[in-house]
Amino acid sequence: MSTQNLAPETLSHDALSKRDGNLVGRQFKNNLMLGLCIVAAGIGLLSLFLVLYFLASQGLRYMSWNLFTKLPDAVEPKLGGVANSLLGTLLLLLGACLFALPIGILGGIYQLEAKGPFANLVRFMTDVLNGIPSIVIGIFVYAVWVYPVSQSNPGKGFSVFAGAFALGIMMIPLIMRTTEEMLRLVPGTMREASLGLGATRWRTMWSVVLPIAKGGVITGIMLSLARVAGETAPLLFTILGSEFYPSMQPVNFLGMSFSIPVFNEPVDALPLRVYKYASGPDTDQNNQAWATALILISLVLIFSVAARFATKSNIEEK
Amino acid sequence: MRYKSETKIMAQDTKIDMSRSVSANRNGVEAPPARVKVKAEGVDFYYGGFHALKNVNIRIGERQVTALIGPSGCGKSTFLRTINRMNDLIDGTRLTGALTLDGRDIYDKSVDVVHLRKRVGMVFQKPNPFPMSIYDNICYGPRIHGTRGRAELDELVEASLKGAALWEEVKDKLKKSAFALSGGQQQRLCIARAIAVKPDVILMDEPCSALDPNSTFRVEELISELKEQYTIIIVTHNMQQAARVSDYTGFWLLGELKEFAPTEQLFSQPAVKETEDFVRGRFG
Repeated sequence: MSTQNLAPETLSHDALSKRDGNLVGRQFKNNLMLGLCIVAAGIGLLSLFLVLYFLASQGLRYMSWNLFTKLPDAVEPKLGGVANSLLGTLLLLLGACLFALPIGILGGIYQLEAKGPFANLVRFMTDVLNGIPSIVIGIFVYAVWVYPVSQSNPGKGFSVFAGAFALGIMMIPLIMRTTEEMLRLVPGTMREASLGLGATRWRTMWSVVLPIAKGGVITGIMLSLARVAGETAPLLFTILGSEFYPSMQPVNFLGMSFSIPVFNEPVDALPLRVYKYASGPDTDQNNQAWATALILISLVLIFSVAARFATKSNIEEK
Repeated sequence: MRYKSETKIMAQDTKIDMSRSVSANRNGVEAPPARVKVKAEGVDFYYGGFHALKNVNIRIGERQVTALIGPSGCGKSTFLRTINRMNDLIDGTRLTGALTLDGRDIYDKSVDVVHLRKRVGMVFQKPNPFPMSIYDNICYGPRIHGTRGRAELDELVEASLKGAALWEEVKDKLKKSAFALSGGQQQRLCIARAIAVKPDVILMDEPCSALDPNSTFRVEELISELKEQYTIIIVTHNMQQAARVSDYTGFWLLGELKEFAPTEQLFSQPAVKETEDFVRGRFG
């Protein structure tokens, strides 16, 4: 039967439905799958919402200004705060950035530009590193830094440095991967234009490709920060925890003198504080754990939102 | 199938015709009157196992416009990109034979690609300005080659934009993004950017294929002006364009340079049958 014989007006309703019998089935399948997708997305969203809801409802009840300004109070926990933990987390993230940013970005550039068996090995190893459980990274840093240092230099093993090192190791593969992917999105024509003018590959990367991919790279950094900010396991083995502010030391730099936190002493961090308070026997501390967790989540949220803004501004530039 | 057998016959014809056109070159009938700027002798080029250019012999005259025409995939762009070694960016490419610029082997080990590309500028198929201001686009090249002085750069920007016939249109918005320009203006900006590094040779890879007729006309006019100072090699799909702007034209087919002659001659009395078929619009 040729298609010309099937002009719609010549078809009876039966013939039409017979011809399109399959259509009903296909539409059903389509709607079914659409429905399943919506349900799945809903479940994902719901679990996030529930976590946030419980956290907010519990955390807000015990939230107080003291939490941000005061040290933990051993005698009257209700009056104490987690200022040292907040400061410690920020310090650890800063340290991790100092360590992971250059390696992650340069490594990402390498993965983009380099070819050959070694580059493939690096790529593979990055994925492997990405999959290593965070507690293993904690143990690793404990073994190569914390333990040896505390043997020769008691009290200096558990430190901001060790924690930042552990978090940095976790950030490296994340930054490397996103950097590589974002750089890959830059049109080859930009590269050609620069190389065609006699620019070296590095110059092309630095002056043309990186600026174009800037927004995406920053997003990757922010998301990796958000990811490691909540890590507890690697910190258990590296920073020990502390009830006090990180100690400061004066430095002279280019004729200016100011104080910076000491990097080789134990420090506290928000996730560690939550772990400690939530698993302790004291009800007041349990309550503060909720509020501390809320602070931690808010911090992560700030990074995620900042990531969104970084991407957005980049799109507008284009 | 029919086409295949035809090409076979054509290939046989070509052997004879090639020798004829080469000998014509030797007799000086078709040899460029100008000094030879770019010369290829027995150049073969491979993308991995693919033999993209086959025994290319060509002499391109200084301060002339040389057009390269031929059907898609014939190797004309590949040849263009061997001149500033843009093909180096692709893995597994290989060139044999002698390709020289002012008598110096372009593929010699001692040649610095950075220096080569400063001398051999390139304008691409699609306008590709950087996401920077018009001013910074022009300055990008000079800056990477060491020009820093503000006054010097200002002067260079003006001269380059005037050279690319864009100055009048953009002189009041040099700090604006280059993306604010129209496609034709962007392409002229790319030409200005190329001449800002003071090259000898400008390679153009179908520079008008993404432009509207009016912009195309402006760019073609510009090409005619630029040849006073620069050697221009232009790949084009548009035979009318080749006829309008070029002094010499080379016709390419399946990786071979089938015929190379003064443009007028190549279009009015092609020596090779395939050239005639192509310029008469019988294939391609």
